[in-house]
Amino acid sequence: MQPFRKHTGKVAPLYRANVDTDQIIPKQFLKRIERTGFGEFLFNDWRRTADGTPDPKFVLNQPRYAGASILIAGKNFGCGSSREHAVWALADFGFRAVIAPSFADIFANNCVKNGVLTVVLGEEQVSEIARKASEISGYEIAVDLENCAVRDQQGLNTHFQIDEFTRHCLLEGLDDIGLTLQHAADITAYEAKHPIPSAWKS
Amino acid sequence: MPRTLFEKVWDAHVVADPPAQLALLYVDLHLVHEVTSPQAFDGLRAAGRQVRAPKRTIATVDHNIPTEPRGTPIFDPIAKRQIEALQKNCREFGVRLFDMDSAEQGIVHVIGPELGFTQPGMTIVCGDSHTSTHGAFGALAFGIGTSEVEHVLATQCLPQRKPKTMIIQVSGKLGEGVSAKDLALGIIGKIGTDGATGHVIEYAGEAVRELSMEGRMTLCNMSIEAGARAGMVAPDETTFAYVKGKSFAPKDQDWDDTVAQWRKLASDPGAEYDTVVEIDASELAPFVTWGTNPGMVVPITSRVPELPVNGADRTTAQRMLEYMGLEPGTPIEQIHVERVFIGSCTNSRLEDLRAAARVAKGYKVASGVRAMVVPGSQQVKHAAEQEGLHRIFQEAGFEWRESGCSMCLGMNPDILRPAERCASTSNRNFEGRQGRGGRTHLVSPMMAAAAAITGHFTDIRNWRFQ
Repeated sequence: MQPFRKHTGKVAPLYRANVDTDQIIPKQFLKRIERTGFGEFLFNDWRRTADGTPDPKFVLNQPRYAGASILIAGKNFGCGSSREHAVWALADFGFRAVIAPSFADIFANNCVKNGVLTVVLGEEQVSEIARKASEISGYEIAVDLENCAVRDQQGLNTHFQIDEFTRHCLLEGLDDIGLTLQHAADITAYEAKHPIPSAWKS
Repeated sequence: MPRTLFEKVWDAHVVADPPAQLALLYVDLHLVHEVTSPQAFDGLRAAGRQVRAPKRTIATVDHNIPTEPRGTPIFDPIAKRQIEALQKNCREFGVRLFDMDSAEQGIVHVIGPELGFTQPGMTIVCGDSHTSTHGAFGALAFGIGTSEVEHVLATQCLPQRKPKTMIIQVSGKLGEGVSAKDLALGIIGKIGTDGATGHVIEYAGEAVRELSMEGRMTLCNMSIEAGARAGMVAPDETTFAYVKGKSFAPKDQDWDDTVAQWRKLASDPGAEYDTVVEIDASELAPFVTWGTNPGMVVPITSRVPELPVNGADRTTAQRMLEYMGLEPGTPIEQIHVERVFIGSCTNSRLEDLRAAARVAKGYKVASGVRAMVVPGSQQVKHAAEQEGLHRIFQEAGFEWRESGCSMCLGMNPDILRPAERCASTSNRNFEGRQGRGGRTHLVSPMMAAAAAITGHFTDIRNWRFQ
């Protein structure tokens, strides 16, 4: 996994509440068996009109946000379906971090597994960042996981909370299956005490 | 110290709790389907890993498959490739697969319980958010992403942060015509789609105890729509009676010993929860959603809400109403539908189909309405046919189809056309969920059947059953 330490990038505002993973990656793109190539379909039904042409009103189609790598979102971002394809699409499109007042649980877990940082800030702070992103051309933010800080050139300098283990995994880009397998002896001992139900063995 | 149901199940599954890391939780049962697993199996292959506990892993095909008669070719080549990938992965890694042609195929959250894999006190995961369904048995069951699917395949464990606990106390009794689905929608309407984020919900109280296992599954299924990690109901005689005799449930002496353990799972008197919610079941009515998330819900006797005065909320509501093609103040009973879907892991079990058939009996589907019934599994379909439910539906003009997720998420050919309006017994009314531009209203099976007959939403409490 790609480590996340510090990242400075252009900000795209999608400041709507309850954006669900069905919007982030619509179901027609879930049939692929690869882990790559989902960025093209990110927010497909919002990015493209029914005949497939780009909708110029949608934020990610506006030239000023081209190359954005930090997404500003509303509360409960990533709610609904557990599809990790949503995170694969965001990452493949180029997003390294999402800043929102809150995230749905499964989505936030999926982000960690893919080196995408979710930053929780207060509703007013997020709203203010969204405003700057839409008013200031080329607006950038620096997200610093080493110091748990978010800064911009316009005076923003705030800290965010993240649990220490998640922070550690992201900073180091850790393979957490490898971490779990360090407990192989514990798992084997647990299994010895908790055998597979006999009706399942056939 | 008194412990909650959740805490008992959690404590019993902690394999290791290393300092400065997350607790490592053992997974008793891992359910796998075709959409969220191919990349996980690829990850195993790339790392040279095996499935650690293939006997604790069961797979089926449900999301993608057509609900046309079995044997009809799958015309979508990408869907076909995904189904074939699961078949190949299950063969290669020794995982039990209930395939397309199996008499036990069905929606993963329907077959787990009906085959007896789902049992009280277990930890159950699946790469699907509606895994919360299995909490109806007093299991700790939650949805995971594909990286976590790979993690469980490789280690049979998951590192987990301990969630907070919430109890939803439902006092009183549900009225006639008010179902478990309405209870679920009423709860989400009250606490919101993120009201239970970070929590495991325990549903308790008189109205919950009186629910059948099917009703409890409907209730726990929708926990994720309130943002919860999982929903649980303490196991009781209703639970044990359901599990007993199922193919993969404990048998003989093993049964008695296991039930004795299950009886200890209920929350201890005095156990404390981080959050307490109280609901009076007798105040609930049949509900209909009007917006594009499950929290946007009103009683059938009500109207589409007026726009809020506040700026951001107003914009959101305007956007929803525009998408839904609705005007504020419209009586819900005057909203007409073109499609009806009875199915999904929320409402496709035998009891759901019986309830819908009871409404449909002796009536005809309104002209201009296309109505589909998609049983949750082959076993449900077979049992319903033994009772003649399929004939009631077919005589009324409903389509009677093969089992799968179908129009709940429209990954197969069962989708809405743009602007088509659907009364659906599924769980999500998100934009485009049932097909791009489609308009979904979530309701109970009885309410869906009634809408099919009259062509518009109808208060089931006034229905003249035939």
